[in-house]
Order: sequence, then C-alpha cells, then structure tokens
Amino acid sequence: MAEILVLAEHDGETVKKVTTELLTLARGFGEPAVVWTGPGADSAQARLAEFGAAKVYVAESADYDDYVVAPKAELLAQLVADKSPAAVLVAATSEGREIAGRLAVKTGSGILTDVTGLSEGLVGEQSIFGGAITVQSRVRAGTPIIAVRPNAVSPEPAAGDAALELVSVPVSDAAKAARVTGRVVAERGERPELTEASIVVSGGRGLGAGEHFALIEQLADSLGAAVGASRAATDAGWYPHQFQVGQTGKTVSPQLYMAIGISGAIQHRAGMQTSKTIMVVNKDPEAPIFELADFGVVGDLFKVVPQLIEEISKRSEG
Amino acid sequence: MNIVVLVKQVPDTWSERTLRPEDNTLDRDAADAVINELDDYAIEEGLRLAEAQGGEVTIVSMGPEKAAEAIRKALSMGADKAVHLSDEALRGSDGLVTSAVLASVIGRVGFDLVILGSESTDARMGTLAAMLAERLGVPQLSFASKVETDGTAISIHRQADYGYDTVEATLPAVVSVVEKINEPRYPSFKGIMAAKKKPVETLTLADLGFDPAQAGLAASATEVVSFAKRPPRAAGTIVTDEGDGGAKAAEFLASRKFI
Repeated sequence: MAEILVLAEHDGETVKKVTTELLTLARGFGEPAVVWTGPGADSAQARLAEFGAAKVYVAESADYDDYVVAPKAELLAQLVADKSPAAVLVAATSEGREIAGRLAVKTGSGILTDVTGLSEGLVGEQSIFGGAITVQSRVRAGTPIIAVRPNAVSPEPAAGDAALELVSVPVSDAAKAARVTGRVVAERGERPELTEASIVVSGGRGLGAGEHFALIEQLADSLGAAVGASRAATDAGWYPHQFQVGQTGKTVSPQLYMAIGISGAIQHRAGMQTSKTIMVVNKDPEAPIFELADFGVVGDLFKVVPQLIEEISKRSEG
Repeated sequence: MNIVVLVKQVPDTWSERTLRPEDNTLDRDAADAVINELDDYAIEEGLRLAEAQGGEVTIVSMGPEKAAEAIRKALSMGADKAVHLSDEALRGSDGLVTSAVLASVIGRVGFDLVILGSESTDARMGTLAAMLAERLGVPQLSFASKVETDGTAISIHRQADYGYDTVEATLPAVVSVVEKINEPRYPSFKGIMAAKKKPVETLTLADLGFDPAQAGLAASATEVVSFAKRPPRAAGTIVTDEGDGGAKAAEFLASRKFI
C-alpha cells in the first residue's frame, strides 16, 4: 500500500490535535507516514502510534524552525521523490498552506486547500464562498497535496507502529533566505488555539469597549473555549487581530460557536458558518446572525452572559 | 526601489457568488466585481515604502478586461503605472498556473519588492506569496503586520496564532500583508483624475512567450468535479430574554452535552 505523508504540527514535544485528524483521514487512503521536523519526535511517538502512524520520518535540524516555510517544503519534496507517496497531507493553517504552495511548485503537483473531507479517489470536499457552496475537487497532476481544515475530521484511534526513521536532507542556502530572528508570544493564558478549539466564544461590536472582552474571556474559560472576535472588534483595537474570525481572518468550524454581540455581517459568517452548533446572544432581533443560530437569545449581553456563566459554574459544581 | 503590487479583482462578498455549471469555474457575471479587500492594504504599503525610500509602484493584475476597474482604483490611490495581463486562455487557471504566469510578468517588469494581500476573498487559498517566492527564488516574507526596509535589508513581523515572529531577509523579496499593517487611503479627486492618464500596459500570454495550452482550466493541476449549494441551516430556537435568557442558554448547552 502506498504511503500518505502527513506533516506533523507540533510544539517540539506534543503533536497538535489536527495531526491526529490528518492521520485518521490518511488511513483510509494508504499507509500514514508522519513527517516530523525538528526535535521532539520521541516524546510524541506514542501519540502518533495511537492514531495509526506506520512510520515517522524525523528530520531533526533546528533549521526548520529558524527559517520561514521553505526548508519544510524542501524536505517534503525530497520525501515525495524518495517515497513516491499517494498524497501529502498538511494542516490548512497559514503555514501549512504555504508549505503546500511551495511543494506544489517544486513537484508540479496540484493542491486542494481547506479540505473538510476526502472520498474515494482522493476527491476533496471544500466549502467555498463563506460556506454558501460545497464543492468536490481533485488533483489531476503530480502528487496530490491536500491541506485539511482543522476540526473538520473527528480523530479516531487505530494502532500503528510509528517506527522512527531518521532522514537527513541538507537545507539549501536558498531555503534559508528568510530568517526568523525573534518570536513574540502574546498572552492568552491556557486557552486552546482558535482553529483547534472544540468551542469558540467570539465577541463583537455589541461589547462596546475593549475591557468588556473580559466577559467573553470569562465565558470562554468556563467552557474551556478559545476566544474569537469580529472584524469590528479587532479594527477597533478591542482584541488582537490574530483572533479575528471571518473572511480576512480565521475560519473555524468548532463543535460549538457562540457569537456574542455580533450582528453577523457576511464577512464574519464566512469564517464560522460551518460550525456544528451555533449559539447567539444579541440585543437586535433583526441581526442576521440569528439566521444561523441553533439557539439564540435576544437580550442585553451584559445581563445574559453573566447569568450564563453563573449557571455553567453551578452545573459544573453540581 | 521598484515595487510591484499585485491586485486581483474578485466577486463582491456581499453579492451572490457561484460557479458556472458548464465548467465549474467562477461565474464572474453573477456577482459585482471589486478589488480584493487585502489588496488595498498591499497598495497602501507599497505607496508608503515608495514615499519613504523613493521609487516606483507598478500594479500587476491578471484578469479579464473588466479587471481594468481594479487597476484604475489602484492607480487612483497613487500607484505610478500598471501591467494588465488579460487573455481568454487564462480562464479557470489554478494557483500553480497563476503563479507561473504572474512570476513571468513580475520578472519582465523587474522588482526589488513584490507586495500582495495574504489571501483573496474568493479562492482563499493563501498560497500565492509562497508560490511566487519559490518561483522567483527570493525570500518569502508572508503574513506581514509590519514591514521595515532601508532599500537593502528588510524585516517584517510575521503574524502567527501565538503572536508574531520577526523575520529578516535581503531584497529582492516577496511580502504578503495582513490587514493590521496599515490604514489604506481613499483615492482623492485629484488621484482619480490623475489615474486616467497613467500608463497601463496590456499583455497577452503570447507577449510573455507563454504557450496558451499551458494555461487555463485544461492545463490546471486541480479541477472542481462538482458543486452544490449548501442546504440552509434548520431554523433554531430564538428566545427573548425576560431575566432568564442566560439560564435558558445554559439549558440548551446542557441538552447538547456541552456542559
């Protein structure tokens, strides 16, 4: 059975949830072989085995973190040439998509981005135009490169060997053209990452001021959720830009999305429309976001949300 | 400094966007056309860098005849000139073909810096900057929320989920921008008048020495097999808060096992 290469997303120790989703998907189409860049493969091996990885190709060099995208694409191109995989799966994160882009050019292969499912013949399902249309697409040249949207597939365990195999691909000077010289990590506490979270709580214009995002954070923390924001809120400087959900920000599809004080302009809907369950709190009954709501409360968020937080904490104690 | 800013005309998000049933490509007639939102930020950044460093801003756009409107808007904001690649044979081109053709135009124009939006609102692939950097063999400085250059060295803040990375490189380079980077200017009346006189060179694939058989839908490495409108969401339960809205919301969450 041909291999399917799965590029691991990790923090140097723990593999991210999206990689377990990719492994689950890959198992249906070939033998999943993880590609691990940088250190930490040993500590993640058990988890990769749990989700059916047959092999783990480990490229340990620190170069993969020190330069933007290009070294990882180079490594994958080499592995595509050596292993002739049936496909390459990456997470449809900003970086994953860029790695896919460079790999496509290097190998003359087609890419499908933001795929939410795969069917026979590696036909990918994609949700386009803000979720208005679902398309089925396929790659017809080269080795299919498929960037999968985080949270689109439920990870399911299946035993694998996850045998570590060291690979050594020297990183070319050309791939070292853009050097990472510093990293600034914003304070966000222990909250899960926005695109990976199974619950996302987002705040918008209705909050009226940046300090009121504390209420959104409090609700998010009571549910173990990530915090998001509408464009209106990030443009006003109430919440950092990288948390924006919408057309020019992140696309999320969590199990539960809560839109608090967000009217639901099309730009916002484009980023959250495929969430499984949607809850809305807004004082304007005419707000278009209510069209998407599985459950909506028309009311003052400053009354409804504190009561909701209190109820959640009561129930978790009980 | 020669700055090339890429501009794409896209269907307006506010109008009904769809695909053409005959070949599953974008139906450009169904929706109003506008300049891609993030391109405004790319143009603004190009203009600011040219104003600070000296140099010229050239707009490059690939698209049908109608894309001239987006080019004109970019020129009215202050860009100096434009190149419009327009060829019926390009219809339905995927990212791989588009990046090859654009790299060819950019190479012909000559550049110290290529600036583009980090993604378009129609395809939303977010791969073009990476593909162009790969094809042009220059550093990829993508997802920039801040750019600084002295005309030789360049550094950016690369936006990430955790905050940002600082990234350094030497020109020439490709930069893609996020909306945090600046506040785009509106075209002034003077700018709109001046734009009418600015040079716009129109190119076809033949002008680039690019075989039309290598472009368009037939030459693309990906294809849309089928598409369907997403069924509307089932109507939900909407309650009006009468002092118990939060409690009712909690009941709903409990019924769905979220709490």
